[in-house]
Amino acid sequence: MSTLAEPTRVTIDRSKLLPESLRDDFPILQQQVHGDRPLVFLDNAASTQRPRQVIDVLRRVYERDYANVHRGIHTLSERSTEQYEEAREKVQTFIGAEQAEEVVFTSGTTASINAVARSWGDANVQAGDEIVLTTMEHHSNLVPWQQLSARTGAVLRHIPITDDGLLIVEEFDRLLTAKTKLVALASVSNVLGTVNPVAEIARRAHAAGALVLVDAAQSVPHHKTDVVALGTDFFTFSGHKMLGPSGIGVLYGRRELLEAMPPFLGGGSMINRVYLDHFTPAELPAKFEAGTPPIASAIALGAAIDYLNAVGLDAIDRHEQELVRYTYERLQEIDGLRILGPPVEQRASLVSFVLAQPHAHDVAQLLDQQGIAVRAGHHCTQPLHDRLGITASTRASFYLYNTPAEVDVLVDTVRAIQERFKPKGRHRRPKTNR
Amino acid sequence: MPTDEEELYQEHILDHYEDPFHRGRLPVATHSHEDKNPLCGDVVRIDLQLDEHGKIADCYFSGEGCVISQASASMLLEELLGKTVDDVKQFSAEDMLKLYGARLTPNRQKCCLLSWKVMQSAVHSPVNGTGE
Repeated sequence: MSTLAEPTRVTIDRSKLLPESLRDDFPILQQQVHGDRPLVFLDNAASTQRPRQVIDVLRRVYERDYANVHRGIHTLSERSTEQYEEAREKVQTFIGAEQAEEVVFTSGTTASINAVARSWGDANVQAGDEIVLTTMEHHSNLVPWQQLSARTGAVLRHIPITDDGLLIVEEFDRLLTAKTKLVALASVSNVLGTVNPVAEIARRAHAAGALVLVDAAQSVPHHKTDVVALGTDFFTFSGHKMLGPSGIGVLYGRRELLEAMPPFLGGGSMINRVYLDHFTPAELPAKFEAGTPPIASAIALGAAIDYLNAVGLDAIDRHEQELVRYTYERLQEIDGLRILGPPVEQRASLVSFVLAQPHAHDVAQLLDQQGIAVRAGHHCTQPLHDRLGITASTRASFYLYNTPAEVDVLVDTVRAIQERFKPKGRHRRPKTNR
Repeated sequence: MPTDEEELYQEHILDHYEDPFHRGRLPVATHSHEDKNPLCGDVVRIDLQLDEHGKIADCYFSGEGCVISQASASMLLEELLGKTVDDVKQFSAEDMLKLYGARLTPNRQKCCLLSWKVMQSAVHSPVNGTGE
């Protein structure tokens, strides 16, 4: 099936874009799929690709520096420990945390949220206490609280959204009570592209005596973060969504909170002294880093942060805003295509959409045949899709290495799909022996 | 460009998608079953009217989901209307994939086989009372 290139009234401002030569840093983007189709990678909200600089650091660590950290006195252990802790400091600076001890390495956003739900939740939440979430949350910021509710008898409440995918902040005020212990929400919706007013929510939550946890998986990779200015108590994100390796993420928590919390996972490293029948926990951050940590991955995450800083987060944000605006306006030119979420001036760099026909999975399949990688389904937000009245959507999500030409391929192919599958007065042919 | 063999969405499939055979509910159904495909979120329900000889006197399908799941349901019902329960049991998964025509990856085969699975269960699922 071919694409349908049509003239468009939408223009793009190239002065806002990053240089395309950046793509040369990403070996995986240089390939073709399904024969001769250049790979068009638009599934960055699910996971991003790594530049050579990050891959090289992983290789260098394993070829030259690697050993277990913290417990060794020998040369390689010293080297690895130094680099591991240096990576922690890079994260600290990257998110504006006041102390490195407030940065805990975990296996990802999901693990980070689970750590808070167990460690802080079990110790601080009782029957009748309330936790405020939102309708738009990813399952990783819903399910752990459902589990906490089942364990403790706490009540879950959800800030509703408009049909445009914006949080109804007035409803939030109504949901906040003296019983609210925690407000947990995403900084950016992985489906709607909504950018939530986190600082404002935090201010109101604190005024009511509640803590705030932010699922920042979709915001940290794309624009500057300042956890102190945002006023959040807990903050979580993943390395693989920001050019880093798989299997590493971060839990930021304000020092006094983390100090008061009992440990989550138990084992080596997180202890001070162990007897046969009891133990004393280690200081921060080790208290929450049981076992051998993801050493090489943390160091490589540090390299990813170096790369992002070298390109410049402001420049990345400007590039992505221009790309998503271009995509949004071009998609609007297609008949019968419903874009989910807020208008383009208020959204992050992703667009999820629904065609009347065919189903999102068919759309993703047909896009894949043209080399385009998007995601289709419920994107781990089943309650959100219930609220929107759909079972599945197709999502294109951008990062610093995507180009306007890639958007053109996406939009032209989507247009061709819409054209091909729209009702045309087709009839079944009489049944023959096939 | 995918070859005809690779083409997942051949024209006869789109014909069934837009103009399906017996899409709807069957109020006089004697047997009925519904199932989902977790991969795509496809849902297919099949209503059957079996006569005293075990023949499918009438059948309807309803549901929503990907083109493959819905078109294959249409094709299956067109194929099996008027056949017997024994014919249904003899109609294998291989037969279903051959009926569909286009070659499918293992993941998308699940979409095609959803209606086949539902049909296999439907003949054992009377509307009133327990299973046979």
